[in-house]
Amino acid sequence: MSIEAAPVTDPPATRVITYRQALNETLRAELLHDDNVFLIGEEIGVFEGSYKITAGLLTEFGPDRVVDAPIAEEGFVGAALGAAMIGMRPVVEIMTINFSLIAIDQIVNHAAKMRSMFGGQVSVPMVIRMPGGGGQQLAATHSQNLEVWFAHIPGLKVLAPSTPADAKALLTAAIRDDDPVIFIENLSLYSSKGEVPDGEQIAEIGKAAVVKEGTDLTIVSYSRGTTTALEVAHKLEAEGLSIEVVDLRSLRPLDRETICASVRKTGHAVVFEDDWLSYGIGAEISATIGEGVFDFLDAPVRRVAAAEVPLPYAKTLELAALPHAAELAKVVREVLNIAPVNSAPLEK
Amino acid sequence: MAAKTRARTAEVQTFPGDTPADVLRGYYRSMSLIRNFELRSSEMYARAKIGGYCHLNLGEEATVVGLMAAINKGDYLFTGYRDHGYALMRDLEPGRVMAELFGKTTGVSGGRGGSMHMFDSEARLFGGYGIVGGQIPPATGVALAIKAKQQAGAESDAVMCLLGDGTTNIGAFHESLNLAGLWNLPIVYVIVNNRLGMGTTVEAASAEPDLYKRGASYRIPGIRVDGDDVLAVRDAAETALARARTERQPVLLELMCYRLRGHSVVDPARYRSAEETTIAQKSDPVPVFRAQLIAAGILDDAAADAIDAEIDAIVDASVEFGDASPDPDPADLFAYVYATPVANAPSALPGDPVMEAL
Repeated sequence: MSIEAAPVTDPPATRVITYRQALNETLRAELLHDDNVFLIGEEIGVFEGSYKITAGLLTEFGPDRVVDAPIAEEGFVGAALGAAMIGMRPVVEIMTINFSLIAIDQIVNHAAKMRSMFGGQVSVPMVIRMPGGGGQQLAATHSQNLEVWFAHIPGLKVLAPSTPADAKALLTAAIRDDDPVIFIENLSLYSSKGEVPDGEQIAEIGKAAVVKEGTDLTIVSYSRGTTTALEVAHKLEAEGLSIEVVDLRSLRPLDRETICASVRKTGHAVVFEDDWLSYGIGAEISATIGEGVFDFLDAPVRRVAAAEVPLPYAKTLELAALPHAAELAKVVREVLNIAPVNSAPLEK
Repeated sequence: MAAKTRARTAEVQTFPGDTPADVLRGYYRSMSLIRNFELRSSEMYARAKIGGYCHLNLGEEATVVGLMAAINKGDYLFTGYRDHGYALMRDLEPGRVMAELFGKTTGVSGGRGGSMHMFDSEARLFGGYGIVGGQIPPATGVALAIKAKQQAGAESDAVMCLLGDGTTNIGAFHESLNLAGLWNLPIVYVIVNNRLGMGTTVEAASAEPDLYKRGASYRIPGIRVDGDDVLAVRDAAETALARARTERQPVLLELMCYRLRGHSVVDPARYRSAEETTIAQKSDPVPVFRAQLIAAGILDDAAADAIDAEIDAIVDASVEFGDASPDPDPADLFAYVYATPVANAPSALPGDPVMEAL
């Protein structure tokens, strides 16, 4: 990864845009790139998407490429799957991850299994985009982080970008991939901004990234959690702590090597995750670290995850249930066995 | 039995209509193949050469043959898990179908699917599906893709999606019919109504037991046909497929037939009354059709027996082929998990470390 070794080419120009805009531009670019790409979902056309990710696309590409589906998640997710079986490249929007449960038979029992079960005779080049996340006072049924449901399933690829640049490069990779890809977005990321390189960018699926280097402790996270992890890492830097942040980017496959290489260096690890603690993403990361680099650990791996409760509506209860920067900083200090420095507290 | 057969023949005034004699003999041969193959499957299951669930088309031969006589080679076929006969009728080698039941590499799905998951991309057999109704949304999606890629007309491909009577109660059936009706998709949904979903009668499961009427909510015409009458099934399916191709009009076809045996090979069907069993046996389409052809002078006993003997040899050979075929190699366990190779794809076997020690 040395800069010296990179080929001598001008780096692409970049622009600072939102995560939402990065998704929108990527969808547009892929609709232009391949006639087989089409979008399908509820309210994505005339309404331009519940979260406006598909704004302008119906006008530009018409109703055959931007298909407004009725409220029938099992029906239209399965229909996209069928279209993919004969070479179309559907990009499905499920309005939020919560509604994916209505389509889960088509995703888990069918999309994930077609290729293996039919002896490699068919592939399913489809992407299912959906935002998860709590913290918007949407109450229990509309605030979930169910990514682990999908990350558990062989045959699926599950991506969870944390930045606008990754949203672009991973979505492009997902649409050009010949397998079913679950693309996890997050409501609180849509308006976040970041530098995004111009031109075609295609990420490699299945790779985590060290998004901040450090030597004292590794925070492993993904999606919205990575932005919080970086915030905490930078804050603690002022206290003299050197925190490394690993952004998973891909939940399936899981890049165990990057995680373990980081923890081998730092000897300490905390997983920061928006899903529930038990059986969550952090459980898998912890087990991986325990098995992969046990001899290098100086303290047990800790997880900072959501309280195991159907998320209440009331703000005080929602704040209490969800993991924030303050809890992450507290656990980082506990793992490093150091007292908090008397500085401005991190906001809930 | 003889009296019943004559009565049926007399009722069908026009039998065999304008269908050429050699085609009719071909239908008999196809029905004989399915019958023989399924009886042999049952035997192979009892001998533990076939594992898992195994659902047979016994009693549904006229339905299977009539539908497959109507479908074009380019049309996509989706079925439920009672799929052996359809695989045979899409001209897959009987040996490859039996090899799939035996879990061999030469099986139609490479031994990875088994009885419920027959697939052949060339023959456009787009799958047997083990989850009840799992095939209905993807079949609808293939029709959506056909509509996007092809002009409506006699040359257009279409989709035939089979399902059982019990399947009409699931959400995916209603969601899919709504999409097909809304978007004018070239698809024919075929309810093979053998009157029992496992052990539950249609009347005990469906508030509207006239299942063909269920298309009305979606402006999809529904037609009920005697599934024991191979020519009626063929004609109804041809008409429905033509409407799908040329008018983009989805159709719901309900074929009334009987399951001769239990739900699967291990089910003795004790929930069925003696009277119902007798009706099913009297309606058995294979001997009925044979008798019809003999009565019409298209076959005689010797010619029918010769066909049966030829089929018996084919099914014998399918078993030999299955027996002689190699088992899949565990080294290929992960071969088809992903179409696009991906970094860090899991390859650990039980007991393996999750990763190399760093």
